[in-house]
Amino acid sequence: MAEEGIGISPAKTQRREEEPGAIGDAKTESLHPLLQLTATRVREFVREKEAVFWVFIFPVLMTFALGVAFRNTAPDKTPIAIEATANAKANELAQVFSNSPDITATVMSPSEAAQALRSGKISIVVKPQNDSFEYRFDPTRPESRTARLIVDDALQRGKGRADVVKIGEERITEPGARYVDFLVPGLIGMNLMGSGLWGLGFTVVIARSRKILKRFAATPMRRSHYLFSFMLSRLVFLVLEVGAVVVFAWLVFNFTVRGSWLTLILVTMLGGFTFSGLGLLVAARPTTIEGVSGLMNFIMLPMWLLSGTFFSSERFPQVLQPFIKALPLTALNTVLRSVMNEGAALTSNWAPISIMLAWCLISFVIALKIFKWQ
Amino acid sequence: MSTQVSPVETATRPARQRTALRCEGLVKRFADVTAVDGLDLEVFSGECFGLLGPNGAGKTTTIEILEGLTPADEGSVELLGQQWNKSDDRALRERIGVQLQETQLAEKVTVVETVRLFRSFYKRGHSVDEVIRTVALEEKRNARVGKLSGGQKQRLAVACALVSDPELLFLDEPTTGLDPQARLSLWDIVEKFRDGGGTILLTTHYMEEATRLCDRVAIMDHGKVIALGTPAELIESLGADQVIEFSVTNPVTEDALTNIPAVKHLHKRGETHALTVSEIGVALPALLAEMKRQQSELVTLTTHQATLEDVFVSLTGRMLRDG
Repeated sequence: MAEEGIGISPAKTQRREEEPGAIGDAKTESLHPLLQLTATRVREFVREKEAVFWVFIFPVLMTFALGVAFRNTAPDKTPIAIEATANAKANELAQVFSNSPDITATVMSPSEAAQALRSGKISIVVKPQNDSFEYRFDPTRPESRTARLIVDDALQRGKGRADVVKIGEERITEPGARYVDFLVPGLIGMNLMGSGLWGLGFTVVIARSRKILKRFAATPMRRSHYLFSFMLSRLVFLVLEVGAVVVFAWLVFNFTVRGSWLTLILVTMLGGFTFSGLGLLVAARPTTIEGVSGLMNFIMLPMWLLSGTFFSSERFPQVLQPFIKALPLTALNTVLRSVMNEGAALTSNWAPISIMLAWCLISFVIALKIFKWQ
Repeated sequence: MSTQVSPVETATRPARQRTALRCEGLVKRFADVTAVDGLDLEVFSGECFGLLGPNGAGKTTTIEILEGLTPADEGSVELLGQQWNKSDDRALRERIGVQLQETQLAEKVTVVETVRLFRSFYKRGHSVDEVIRTVALEEKRNARVGKLSGGQKQRLAVACALVSDPELLFLDEPTTGLDPQARLSLWDIVEKFRDGGGTILLTTHYMEEATRLCDRVAIMDHGKVIALGTPAELIESLGADQVIEFSVTNPVTEDALTNIPAVKHLHKRGETHALTVSEIGVALPALLAEMKRQQSELVTLTTHQATLEDVFVSLTGRMLRDG
């Protein structure tokens, strides 16, 4: 094997450095530690099948599922129920509604109708009485309030009410204002948060628990190189992560990015760095996966709920708004939406951008201060 | 390269006198235990120095203090003429190689990728392929770390310690948990490094390992050095070169045994008595005669050359592996 005098000989003298041609000369192999560390990050990630699924496949599936579930097709007919009666009144009423283009009416027994209303299959129940009608619906449900207007209009017209003024209509449905257009930037934001925190948090804590960090600390490796390699590898994945969702949404839902691509890249980079900083912070000390998981959930859960990924965060009460706006994911989602949906420039988003920058810098500085290598 | 030792080099390299590592009065306390309790060591350039002791003796804490990974509560450390946290630690790290007892290298990365990563941390050193050849992992070059056997993983860990071409190599229990074959191949690597003039500090709780590899051994117990010397000197210090171990049907009085000529030391472990003797030709017949007199019969009887294990037993009354 290594018998032929190739054995390791510690160089105590300068001899070898004066002979650049010698076997195994140091200069023949110049490897930058930052590059090697980053390459290791990337390798470890792509060789972990589960991680690849959660970072790339899962967001695409999520976009698809939610995009399909909440797609805006031609406005659906409003499903309603007519409570069955002993006489022919219910069927007469069904006849009236069948002329309306906006309503699908079904005659049901009172108990069936109540059940259908509860479960959301229908939006309103119309109950014929002797010489009047009764609407039963839940006014806290937006679709029920709409149904009440549509049903009332159709009923009054069917019974002979005439319009007082003539109304003309122009119907427009623009890409950019659909739910999927709202959803895609939110999913990208959520994904950047998840991969930043998990990607960094788990990797660092695993390396600490396996004493790899300690081993690195025993080498002359610059500590900043180790931490910076996470930033670089995040950049590599960021392009793929964001790209996968955007391209998929474009192919399937005809999603378009209205703002400039450069702006989008800068925003996602800032988002990626912000959550890497947070990831580093949560990973600065824990020595077990359980420990870091708890911290990460503690940080991510409020943002999943409050930061407006699936619906606008404006819906939360006014008192919570300052807190919600200060969350890094809210800031990222806001900027992403304004760039992707409205084509805004970075300059018009200075407030959320400064919020992200602040999170990024503060968490990095604290993380570096308290980081434990063993 | 090791074959090209020039006359100048041999002349300028003092054989044993130069100190590679020295520590004085090291103390390290943890919450409930004093792991290192006033430890002095001196390791000379070019020697293989062993810290031998049972688990929990403070070997790992000591070596990690010396490696600059754990700060000592008291005492001083000087290696290769430098001290930790006093000047340029990174320059000092360039000159040492470290293998930690507990490190589990990343599993998804291959052998060559791992060595290349470690190589990139050092300004100078061996080529990646050269080191892989030294630890005989050429065939596993592109295998993932997770697929390696225990012995191969340990050789890889040593490769990462050797890749910088260090002057001083720290090995913390390098062969613990390895099968005999894997242990032999690791010993080869360590011996080659020493033959090339390198200095080694290793910890072990295997006395065979210390006897085979180490020029000098410090026996540690409860955070202190309890004996120091070459393996031969330590064994000689028993004043005896043979050990008789036996068990009998009827209990024998201890006084009778210690009065047997040439017996230096008696140690009882369960049913087995161990007699450390200077002249086995005198002691053994006398022992048998004494048995006969006390009407006790032998159940087992073995004799062996005294080892470091016997040194430890005579100093502490415990076995190394008992911990």
